[in-house]
Amino acid sequence: MKIAVCVKQVPDTWAEKKLRDSDSRLDRESADGVLNELDEYAVEQALQLVEAAGGEVVIVTMGPERAGETLRKAISMGADAGIHIVDDNLGGSDAVATSAVLAKALSGREFDLILFGSESTDARMSVIPAMVAERLDLPQVTFAQKVDINGSELTVERVTEYGFDLLSAQLPAVVSVVEKINEPRYPSFKGIMAAKKKPVEILTVADLGLEPSVVGASGAWSEVADFAARPPKAAGVVVTDEGDGGVKIADFLTSQKII
Amino acid sequence: MTDVLVLAEHHDSDIKRITLELITGARALGNPVVLWLGTGCTDDTVATLGNYGATKVLVADSDAVNNHPVAPGAEIVASLIDSLSPVAVLVASTADGKEVAARAAIKSNCGIITDAVEIAADSTVTQSVFGGSTVVHSRVTKGTPIITVRPNAIPASPQPFAAVREDIAVSISAGAQRVTVKDRTVVAKGARPELTEAEVVVSGGRGVGGPEGFGVIETLADSLNAAVGASRAATDAGWYPHQFQVGQTGKTVSPQLYIANGISGAIQHRAGMQTSKVVVVVNKDPEAPIFELADYGVVGDLFAVVPQLAEEITKRK
Repeated sequence: MKIAVCVKQVPDTWAEKKLRDSDSRLDRESADGVLNELDEYAVEQALQLVEAAGGEVVIVTMGPERAGETLRKAISMGADAGIHIVDDNLGGSDAVATSAVLAKALSGREFDLILFGSESTDARMSVIPAMVAERLDLPQVTFAQKVDINGSELTVERVTEYGFDLLSAQLPAVVSVVEKINEPRYPSFKGIMAAKKKPVEILTVADLGLEPSVVGASGAWSEVADFAARPPKAAGVVVTDEGDGGVKIADFLTSQKII
Repeated sequence: MTDVLVLAEHHDSDIKRITLELITGARALGNPVVLWLGTGCTDDTVATLGNYGATKVLVADSDAVNNHPVAPGAEIVASLIDSLSPVAVLVASTADGKEVAARAAIKSNCGIITDAVEIAADSTVTQSVFGGSTVVHSRVTKGTPIITVRPNAIPASPQPFAAVREDIAVSISAGAQRVTVKDRTVVAKGARPELTEAEVVVSGGRGVGGPEGFGVIETLADSLNAAVGASRAATDAGWYPHQFQVGQTGKTVSPQLYIANGISGAIQHRAGMQTSKVVVVVNKDPEAPIFELADYGVVGDLFAVVPQLAEEITKRK
């Protein structure tokens, strides 16, 4: 079985994020770039499936040069190879443009399964798996809390607002996983050393056969008009509990007409 | 006036409140035309949707729609973009909603913006990003704007119209039927409201101390008919189920009232609740960053303050 896992480098989850004044894009330099946490679950799932049934795991990322570190980090969990799409023309890509690039990089490589995390912690759109499935004309089985593969039969528990649906489809397919699906492993020392020697294919927009006009800001179908920091909230009232803290909150809620 | 296509979010005949919020928001752009996918659309449903300003309710109820997730809905939305030429398409920012919107965007060559909190008459979208620290105005630059809207952002307000039901037959391609629903499991949630839709959310964090500590949080929540939330520290420790996590790696909530108990307020948590209208904080540590967000805060032991508050609310009702 050949599995691709698409991952993204994002600013550290615990850091403040801001947009750049110059071009309204996320300031990726001001915070450490890390592997999107939710993608770790997708990598783990791929490794477990291959450990059970044999095969290979390829990590795929699109991003600036420094995203290469994130690619290696994901590989060091135990994957076999990587694909890094890096090109100055890609800056400013929206979800539509990003999905075009990923779909192009994935197509023709005979992946049985294309895995994603359920969202990135920076843009938080959750649309890329669906867009890639649409572009590759593949079945899409997303928000999986359980993935089973039996031959070419894929069975997934998809988390819903009410519980979960049991879905089935034939491979190849696009799957995204939620964080309760597994417990991602930490890269071992051996894994980290081995990752340095794993093959990583570097691809440009031209290598993919895409026109520069369909990627980056020029290929985006949406734009930021303007942005501003939310005005800081007026300081509230903070009191120390003297045995009547609960009553005081109730008084506050009454004054706000909430109760 | 032109039509605005609104994709209804519902569970059988139960209309989710976000649907009424979408119709309310759509009225500023044009005539709201609701698309109802699947079962459950009754005369009452049509009347309720009309009460908020829906002019038409298009019902696509077929085996193809009911037995296969996402892809059939996207084909129907794409075909309606073609035949109705709506000025915009509004969809709920839920898992299904975003994915139907995403696939329809690619099919129809239309731009997409997710998680709107406000939509202007010219379809310019306001988003609240990075946990509410930044307000962004965005617009779609290609095709019909497809916009997903966050629950609880646009207050639903009635504007009665006698909506008409129209059943539509859309043929669904074989390709869109390759994923089949074998079974649906509804996990009993008890009587509490849905976390992302609740008007009041009561949350617990590290300060709750363990799974049994959530008892006082639940009692307070029930006194306010609130949903229960938890910080990542609490869900990672296994004290409360994962699906109730509020924060960057969990749910984003925007209730009228958010009560944070024993939560320090790391960015990771604030990102999920910063846009709440009124924030009340109970925490032992006066230095906890969560107090920066508090409209009202009490420095004290939550096991003393929270039960007293629950009792007081019950008394005043």
